[in-house]
Amino acid sequence: MNAANDTAVAASIPTRRRLPRLGFAGWIGAALVLFWLGMALFGSFLAPHGVGEILDADAFEPMSRQYPLGTDYLSRDILSRILAGTRQTVGIALVATFLAALGGSVLGLAAAVVGGWFDAGLSRFLDALVSIPSKMFGLLLVAAFGSSLPALTLTLAVIYLPGCYRIIRAVSVNVATLDFVLVARARGEGTFYIVRHEVLPNIVGPMLTDFGLRFVYVLLLLSSLSFLGLGVQPPDADWGSLVRENISGLAYGAPAVLMPALAIASLSIGVNLLFDGLFGSRLQRKGGA
Amino acid sequence: MNGKIVGMLTARFATAVLTLLFVAIVVFAITSLLPGDVAQQILGQSATPEAVAGLRTKLGLDRPPSERFLLWLAGLAQGNFGRSLVNDLPVSQLIAGRLGNSLMLAAITSCVSVPVALLLGIGTAMRPGSWLDRIVGIGVVFVVSVPEFLIATLAVLAFAVKLRWLPALAQAPQFHDIGGLLRSFAMPIITLSCVIVAQMTRMTRAAVMDALEAPYVEMARLKGAGPIRIVLMHALPNAVGPIANAIALSLSYLLGGVIIVETIFNYPGIAKLMVDGVSTRDLPVVQACALIFCAGYLLLVMLADAAAILSSPRLRHQ
Repeated sequence: MNAANDTAVAASIPTRRRLPRLGFAGWIGAALVLFWLGMALFGSFLAPHGVGEILDADAFEPMSRQYPLGTDYLSRDILSRILAGTRQTVGIALVATFLAALGGSVLGLAAAVVGGWFDAGLSRFLDALVSIPSKMFGLLLVAAFGSSLPALTLTLAVIYLPGCYRIIRAVSVNVATLDFVLVARARGEGTFYIVRHEVLPNIVGPMLTDFGLRFVYVLLLLSSLSFLGLGVQPPDADWGSLVRENISGLAYGAPAVLMPALAIASLSIGVNLLFDGLFGSRLQRKGGA
Repeated sequence: MNGKIVGMLTARFATAVLTLLFVAIVVFAITSLLPGDVAQQILGQSATPEAVAGLRTKLGLDRPPSERFLLWLAGLAQGNFGRSLVNDLPVSQLIAGRLGNSLMLAAITSCVSVPVALLLGIGTAMRPGSWLDRIVGIGVVFVVSVPEFLIATLAVLAFAVKLRWLPALAQAPQFHDIGGLLRSFAMPIITLSCVIVAQMTRMTRAAVMDALEAPYVEMARLKGAGPIRIVLMHALPNAVGPIANAIALSLSYLLGGVIIVETIFNYPGIAKLMVDGVSTRDLPVVQACALIFCAGYLLLVMLADAAAILSSPRLRHQ
């Protein structure tokens, strides 16, 4: 009891901490995420060779000083290709996650605040969409709309919108029944005001956590689609398509196959660690108080 | 069994059937919303308008979408999935040859992964924080947050390239003799099992941990029962429902994993058929495979719910 009070008091004192308390794993995650974000922005300037440049080397060369991560099936430098692919992978996944989060949040908030048949109908519809496995849904949408960049991004956004809606709606319904929302309603505030000023500020934490989780899902699905040859199309290549085009090098144990796959894994694990460090501890503190 | 349980199970079954109908509508709507004309696409740009119109009539594309949907649904009920646009074979024939392969893969994977996952899940739940728990925990987080093809890649590197126990991929599976059968099955099963075991271990551990926190377990501990006796006699009988639920739910990850695994190992299953169908835009094949997958998924989720309902003592003894 006492300890809980102490933490509550300590938390309410405005200490100006320079760095958030992340924990060791959280910092590793933050470093990985920052690294890949930096590579997405500046990677093409750092690449030692051109993206499509066919070099004077063998196919599937092992790592060497000249080609840090070896060469691919057409004797291109795989490090340069991974760096170029970072922009595709991170960019598409970020935009798609953002769209999914935006759509899911708007609908979820609206459903929680408006309620009634609007909530019931929308929830039933989106819950039914969740019952289509995500990879299957992705294959269907790609079969219908193709895999141009906008179609691919929208496909990913549509697939993960219902999941985001579920979370946001569940959190907002809890907030919407609290007294201060009732007071605002009694004051005669409109729906938009209630959403913007009463509910939204109280669900930012869960929203951000969901964003991180959703980003990992989108990243994995995008990579899987590209790996199946149904995602980013040549001559562009994201990490998933890099694994696909070099898969014949697997028999020689070429780094060209493994490295892009490890890039995906490192980003996904990094985001997981970062968001666990950021929000896991906060949830625990909330539970303790 | 009492009336209430039967009622809840019936309601759950009805929901699943309705959801499947909804999924069928979504699948059909998405695939018939296609930009561009399927008939035009099959015949190519140089086709005469008469030929396109003829093919449209033959495929039934000149009728309104609602009528086409009902016709398609009626066909499905009779086991008629239409004809492939690519090779003009009946889709049911294409699927029949491959569904068995996929089911066999799924069955063997389940037989391998369920015991392993249960042992790991119960073992880690018994000693949270032990070195076993930590190692398994790190492994689970790793497997869950990387794409399936990385696991497949690592498995090939380990077992085919370094150890040379198994052939690398891109070989057509051989079903002639036992050795060939084993070799072509081993790699897909190792990869799929990794994914399933990770999910199932996580959920089983949570279920058993939950049961171990119950008051009657503390009672058993106070009366002096050993850890193994507590788990086997007190916790497990009460955790059967949640564990069955966890098993069914994790098996639904098979459906996603199998798409990647069948493609990377060139395994002639139904997921490979669907991926090929998507890349050639063979819509009847895609529709049929998508429906079969969604039906399988709904079945597993429904089994998970049924396990939860059946195992609830409050409902059973009313």
